[in-house]
Amino acid sequence: MTISSAPQQNSITTIGERVRPVAIGTPVAAVYFIGDRAAFVGDEETITLVSGDGEKVAATVHGGAILSSVSDGKRIITGGDDGKVVALDMKGESSVLVTDAKRRWIDNVAVHPDGAIAWSVGKTAFVRGAKGEDKSIEAPSSVGGLAFAPKGLRLALAHYNGVTLWFPNMTAQPERLEWAGSHLGVMFSPDSRFIVTAMHEPALHGWRLADAQHMQMTGYPSRVKSLSWSPGGKALATSGADRVVVWPFASKDGPMDKEPLMLAQLQARVTAVAFHPTQDFLAAGYENGVILMVKIANGAKVAVRRDGDAPVAALAWNAKGSMLAFALQNGDAGLAEL
Amino acid sequence: MSDVNASASTKIPVTVLTGYLGAGKTTLLNRILSENHGKKYAVIVNEFGEVGIDNDLIIGADEEVFEMNNGCVCCTVRGDLVRILEGLMKRKGKFDAIIVETTGVADPAPVAQTFFVDEDVQNNARLDAVVTVADAKWLSERLKDAPEAKNQIAFADVIVLNKTDLVSKSELAEVEGRIRGINPYAKLHHTERCQVALSDVLERGAFDLDRILELEPDFLAKDDHDHHHDHDHHHDHHDHDHDHHHDHDHEHDHGLKHYHDEEMQSMSLRSDKPLDQEKFMPWLQELLAAEGQKILRSKGILAFADDNDRYVFQGVHMMLEGSRQREWKPGEKRESRVVFIGRELPEALIREGFQNCIAA
Repeated sequence: MTISSAPQQNSITTIGERVRPVAIGTPVAAVYFIGDRAAFVGDEETITLVSGDGEKVAATVHGGAILSSVSDGKRIITGGDDGKVVALDMKGESSVLVTDAKRRWIDNVAVHPDGAIAWSVGKTAFVRGAKGEDKSIEAPSSVGGLAFAPKGLRLALAHYNGVTLWFPNMTAQPERLEWAGSHLGVMFSPDSRFIVTAMHEPALHGWRLADAQHMQMTGYPSRVKSLSWSPGGKALATSGADRVVVWPFASKDGPMDKEPLMLAQLQARVTAVAFHPTQDFLAAGYENGVILMVKIANGAKVAVRRDGDAPVAALAWNAKGSMLAFALQNGDAGLAEL
Repeated sequence: MSDVNASASTKIPVTVLTGYLGAGKTTLLNRILSENHGKKYAVIVNEFGEVGIDNDLIIGADEEVFEMNNGCVCCTVRGDLVRILEGLMKRKGKFDAIIVETTGVADPAPVAQTFFVDEDVQNNARLDAVVTVADAKWLSERLKDAPEAKNQIAFADVIVLNKTDLVSKSELAEVEGRIRGINPYAKLHHTERCQVALSDVLERGAFDLDRILELEPDFLAKDDHDHHHDHDHHHDHHDHDHDHHHDHDHEHDHGLKHYHDEEMQSMSLRSDKPLDQEKFMPWLQELLAAEGQKILRSKGILAFADDNDRYVFQGVHMMLEGSRQREWKPGEKRESRVVFIGRELPEALIREGFQNCIAA
């Protein structure tokens, strides 16, 4: 199949003809772009790098399950059940950054724009700064998620009953944001004004960092596993419902006392979301394999895929926003050129 | 039904292994891991290093018990287990089943409830059975001073009564009687050094609604005469002898002493008359909502009026799952049977409530 070079029409309802299928062959958990290539992170062992013309190269990064992954656009950091933290660079070369002495699972990883990395093993989170010195902190319970603040070396750890905010290079006591329940994922808003966690129950929780004001985002039928900030961080798109739920974060109060936008309802739950890096639309994947592009302003939809044999596991845009990479849980994947 | 069976078979069976400190859990685990049975198990242990076998499918757990955010104090789950099972599912196909070992002092409820509450866990794994290893020599003492030991017996689907070589016949009869006073429904195996057929412990399907127990007290199972006395044996004293005189499935042909545990009991309810579904389900839900802290396990097979399907349910504390299982077979006795195991069960109240659910 060749990618169509036909001039773009204004009223396309599907761009299926511009999708280049990629067969990864094994289950995929995440996808990123590093450099010009899409990187499909498997459930186990390998990352498959795919270039725009469909050329595939597989790199083995772990000797077992890949439990966690993250990317800064230049490299992919993964944590495995082999107790290793591994980095894969744009050339497709991998290097082992960390080996846990007891071969414990690396549950979470995070990467900072300046090159620092973080990982967690059970209750302990570690940070390795650009200078290579490791520092660690104990969370009150197993770490559910890790995220660096966009600016400054500050790490957020999600855990049972809240979030711990830690400046690894400062002696000050870590700050604790409390909210009852199990917090499994955490992210800062791109402007660092808010922090949001995905909870074990079907809900998000947020705090305004200036004053720790709470934000409850509830009403989901299932756990929220995919979150994506709009360019600039004015909105947060989420999976978990039978439509894309987009919370408004433009005002100083964030989504407090506001209704979210609800777009592109189908008879299936949304499993993955990815905002376009520059434009006012997002890609949404559903549990029935459907992938849509949805305009935020008016909810207009364009189909990338009309069905599939498995839930959509991951979506990612390249930095320019000219190509969407997607993967289904069963390893059916593809690249769609805009 | 075929859909249910298909989905059940793709879910990975999980055995929960409990037992008080020193009862022999590790011995059993080592046997499961080292014997040549052609199966591969992923094992979640609470203490790394206790199991002396190197295997990348042995995972250390922190046994973190999390309350659910719904204001219900007994709705607890194992937070670490949710995370570990999610990780293990990435290696689906590399193992046949999962064993979760709990610490000796653990309450089995949060582990079991994890399989009722978490959607992802439910989609990928199914609780197969709670197996409790008990020490024949010390269990009677522990039942007096350790509430966890009692919970573990009450929760069990399978009890491995271990170290029987260290006790006399009468001591064994006593400890077995005490176990039966709490939980007459579990399958019980006498062992030395945990020498039990692994097929008696693993892949039992005890939590499988399609294979829900026949709900006969295990020690009556070999009885061929009618012995459904619904536990109306005057609860006045621990040493209340109650001779059953039946051939028990071990050599000893003696009357099994019948103990009543002051705190933890079981009760069974039966009805030959069909139940009113509109009454029974709300009653059961209200009962578990009100008394679910005391009711550890509930199970039932139900015959509803105007319904040709058998309905089966089971619960752990306040959590309940149930479904139509299959059509009643021609000639099959349409009898409803319900079992509760719990602490200080409000027996009169439960019996009265059940009676009120019989269809007019």
